[in-house]
Amino acid sequence: MSLANVASPLTPPKAGLRLQKQFSWVRAREACVRAMLLGCASLSLLTTLAIVYMFLTEAVYSVTPDTTAFFQDVSLWDFLTDTEWSPQFADKHFGILPLLCGTFVIAGIGSLIGLPIGLAAAIYLSEYAKPKFRRMMKPVLEVLAGIPSVVYGYFALVFVTPYVLRPMFQSLLRIDVDIFNAMSAGVVLGVMIIPTVCSLSEDALRAVPRGLREAGYALGSTKYDVSLKVVVPAAFSGIVASFLLAISRAIGETMAVCIAAGQMPRLSLNPFRSMETMTAYMVGASLGDTPAGTIEYKSLYAVGFTLFVITLGMNILANWVMNRFREVYE
Amino acid sequence: MTFMQSFTELVHQRQQRESAKRIRPVETEFSKLDVRNLNFFYGEKQALFDVSMTVAERAVTAFIGPSGCGKSTFLRAINRMNDIIEGAHHNGTVLLEGQEIYAPDVDVVALRKRVGMVFQKSTPFPKSIFDNVAYGPKVAGQRNHKGLAEIVEQSLKRAALWDEVKDRLQDSALALSGGQQQRLCIARALATNPDVLLMDEPASALDPASTSRVEDLIFELKQNYTIVIVTHNMQQAARISDWTAFFYQGYLIEKDHTQKLFTTPKKKQTEDYITGRFG
Repeated sequence: MSLANVASPLTPPKAGLRLQKQFSWVRAREACVRAMLLGCASLSLLTTLAIVYMFLTEAVYSVTPDTTAFFQDVSLWDFLTDTEWSPQFADKHFGILPLLCGTFVIAGIGSLIGLPIGLAAAIYLSEYAKPKFRRMMKPVLEVLAGIPSVVYGYFALVFVTPYVLRPMFQSLLRIDVDIFNAMSAGVVLGVMIIPTVCSLSEDALRAVPRGLREAGYALGSTKYDVSLKVVVPAAFSGIVASFLLAISRAIGETMAVCIAAGQMPRLSLNPFRSMETMTAYMVGASLGDTPAGTIEYKSLYAVGFTLFVITLGMNILANWVMNRFREVYE
Repeated sequence: MTFMQSFTELVHQRQQRESAKRIRPVETEFSKLDVRNLNFFYGEKQALFDVSMTVAERAVTAFIGPSGCGKSTFLRAINRMNDIIEGAHHNGTVLLEGQEIYAPDVDVVALRKRVGMVFQKSTPFPKSIFDNVAYGPKVAGQRNHKGLAEIVEQSLKRAALWDEVKDRLQDSALALSGGQQQRLCIARALATNPDVLLMDEPASALDPASTSRVEDLIFELKQNYTIVIVTHNMQQAARISDWTAFFYQGYLIEKDHTQKLFTTPKKKQTEDYITGRFG
């Protein structure tokens, strides 16, 4: 039998030593702080849950017996397939397609412009720029991200359309350009998402370990080779995630597109015509007099819910891509 | 003394292996590299002091010394890898076959194609095994797929990895084991067809079995390549190198035939280091 197993008598307790919990102000403060922090952390989650609840009761299924939700009046099939959106007319149509079309045409133009430029800027900052220049550029980009979107909207309306698009397309190519048009909205949207793409992609690029770059250089690569064939593929997941977040921002963007693209629901791919996005419809309808309880009022929730599902889907996709394709470097 | 005996034994074993494999003994070598009075600085801090050394062609030269002694800096000076470090500068001459590699008209990309490098941590690109090995030839302008496939096969065979991966060349290189990844990096370095191969502690992160495979490989490769290897492991230096250079605090203390350096070192510091009195 080993010595450790031999039972020895316990030391008698010292007088006054208590191990039991007892009230103290320090402990009370700990509990308070903990509760407050938890409250703050839960607040955004609760808000999101409340929003979802509101969407569901107004759009999908009403919980109060004497009112109906949007999809109890309009079938989901009509909502998804009808090609007309005319809630204000006597002959009401609630086909989401024109709004979806407007949203995706404008977000598409914005992405075509913003994603490549943002990525190129990120590659420049991460791989080519001197550290001093990078330190200077980062805050500048953040300022760009801080400009209110309504400013961009007016910029599109009073500058991009009359001084860029009309001279280029109307005078030279004889294509009619509406004063409100999807193109100008897409262009400013592209500029708006550049900071998002650039900042997030740059983080992803800089997280690629230096050893990988050195290995590339040691094989006789130029800076271009290392940047495009080694660093960008290695940061692929982060770049795609930044793209998806930027696209989801473009889809959800409201004021700029509302001002620049107008309020004409149209199922068309012509970017020089006025179009209405889901967000622009919601602004218009909530500003006008749509009495609570009417079908127009409830359509707000249906559109909002659609938008919510799309952006949520994009964010989930972005997360999935991040986790699925992330290369783990120590 | 026992440590001297054990080193003598290691060197002796190597010579036996050399004759068994009919590897030409290294006595009449030419110098591939000639470094004269190299001083190297990281910003204000001087990392190398007046180092002069020649490196023999088609032989293995090992650099030993405690951490921070300048051996890696010296290695990285040979293919100008330090160029990409902010604030690094030097004076002195580094001649590769008589040409100054730091001359203003030298194309550093061309230099690095001739002087390949393998790092301590294996650094496979997040691409397939094939694309990893084909990377060097591809950036050098080789587009022909058949030609690439040939280079890939040859390089993988030389790196003793071909049999293990030939059926899964399109799999991600990151799925390979640590030892396989390091041999892949060696294959990738060989694919650019260098004549000098720099290795910065290539086996220090590997388990004993993989280490011994990589050592065997280095042993085979010296027939065609000039190899310079940095190692912390003195037994490894004794096992595989023909020449050994001992660095200490930025100075080259001593460079000699491996056998001589380990059995009859000329300098006190060298003897102290290899007998384990410090470092």
